[in-house]
Amino acid sequence: MTTAKEAGLVACRSCASVWPVAQEHCDRCGARLVSRHETSLQQVMAWWAAGLICYIPANMYPMLVTETLTSTQRNTIVGGAFEIAHHGEYGIAAIVLIASVLIPISKFMAIAYLCLSVHRHSAQSALGRQRLYEVIEFVGRWSMIDVFVVAILSSLVQLSVVASIHPGPASLTFALSVIFTMLSARSFDTRLIWDRSDCNNNELTEAA
Amino acid sequence: MALAATQVSDTKSESAVAKTASSELIACPNCDWLYQARIPEEGGRAVCKRCHTVLITTRQEAGIRILALGLAITILVAAAVFFPFLQISAAGIGNRASLLDIATSFRSGALVLVSAATVMLIVLVPLVRTLLLCYVLGPIVFGRRPAPHARIAFRTAQELKPWAMTEVFAIGCAVALAKVTDLARLEFGPAFWMFALLSVFVVIHDAYVCSWSIWKSLEDAE
Ligand SMILES: [Zn+2]
Ligand SMILES: [Zn+2]
Repeated sequence: MTTAKEAGLVACRSCASVWPVAQEHCDRCGARLVSRHETSLQQVMAWWAAGLICYIPANMYPMLVTETLTSTQRNTIVGGAFEIAHHGEYGIAAIVLIASVLIPISKFMAIAYLCLSVHRHSAQSALGRQRLYEVIEFVGRWSMIDVFVVAILSSLVQLSVVASIHPGPASLTFALSVIFTMLSARSFDTRLIWDRSDCNNNELTEAA
Repeated sequence: MALAATQVSDTKSESAVAKTASSELIACPNCDWLYQARIPEEGGRAVCKRCHTVLITTRQEAGIRILALGLAITILVAAAVFFPFLQISAAGIGNRASLLDIATSFRSGALVLVSAATVMLIVLVPLVRTLLLCYVLGPIVFGRRPAPHARIAFRTAQELKPWAMTEVFAIGCAVALAKVTDLARLEFGPAFWMFALLSVFVVIHDAYVCSWSIWKSLEDAE
């Protein structure tokens, strides 16, 4: 019962094959071999910070600019969701709020928590943190919904003077924020969670 | 879980491990736990005991099915680009949008990046990933030697996986529909249904792709 590292080996994260620790590239798939990504946390936090910096203006500036015969309306992300709810489409409003507010914010918190827990050699359940990481990775891409909606509407709603929709500056910063946080999550080396946990065996019997 | 745990056996002793770089060993990419690889029976999965990551899945005729689905996805993506996926009408004026229109809709400055990213994430990435998988698996399924650069092709295909967002776009269409209800009348065009079908195909396609099995068959075929 060992890890590849304890056995003096290095595992390839892209194809799961195992090599002597001195080897630099995987013979099977050609990926670079790193036993533990030592700078992983710095990378994660750099992307994380970039994502957060982009997320703030994404919420302050308009996402959509709607021009009709009588008025010009600028909607931020949250404003747009309330607008939808106002029309009685509560389910759709909930989707927008979850994808553009709940998911990004919980993602920022979860990544920060995972980095801190690894940094402080946390005794929290490794399996629980691994699960949290998997949820973050799975759910992150769904934040792109609002960006796609803006792209769809601004190419579709071009009805000369009757109505037209244009993308606001927030669409760019929000898209960047989603991409940066996805990169942040992907830079995280989950093996760091397991290295510093010593409660693996108890969890095993429970799960099996 | 019961099925899973029995399929991968732990490395028994240090001496077995010390042989190094043997293709018999498999390490969990998420938690680094070391196993003696044993291919589960057809339809079974080998799951990491420690972190529950699926390490190996075997499915009947996975190769040929990946190829068939890949072909279907390629055709659907190509068709979906040209057909309109939403149609709109208000005060006698109508408009329809295809993905081609989206690609050219953001004209002003930095916002061009948004339309470029949209088209990349929903058309280019899924298409390239599917074509790469067909390129890698085609020769293997038909018992030939792997195509040149098959390894880089497969690694790239796996790297692209999280960036293929077809299903997210399908939901985006539904949200767009709700967003302009008071402004104009919106209808789904043919390409929307292609996207819905495409999303289902992409999910099934991904389920058949077992990274470890493909790497092994690439190695064996050489
Ligand atoms: Zn490898
Ligand atoms: Zn594992």
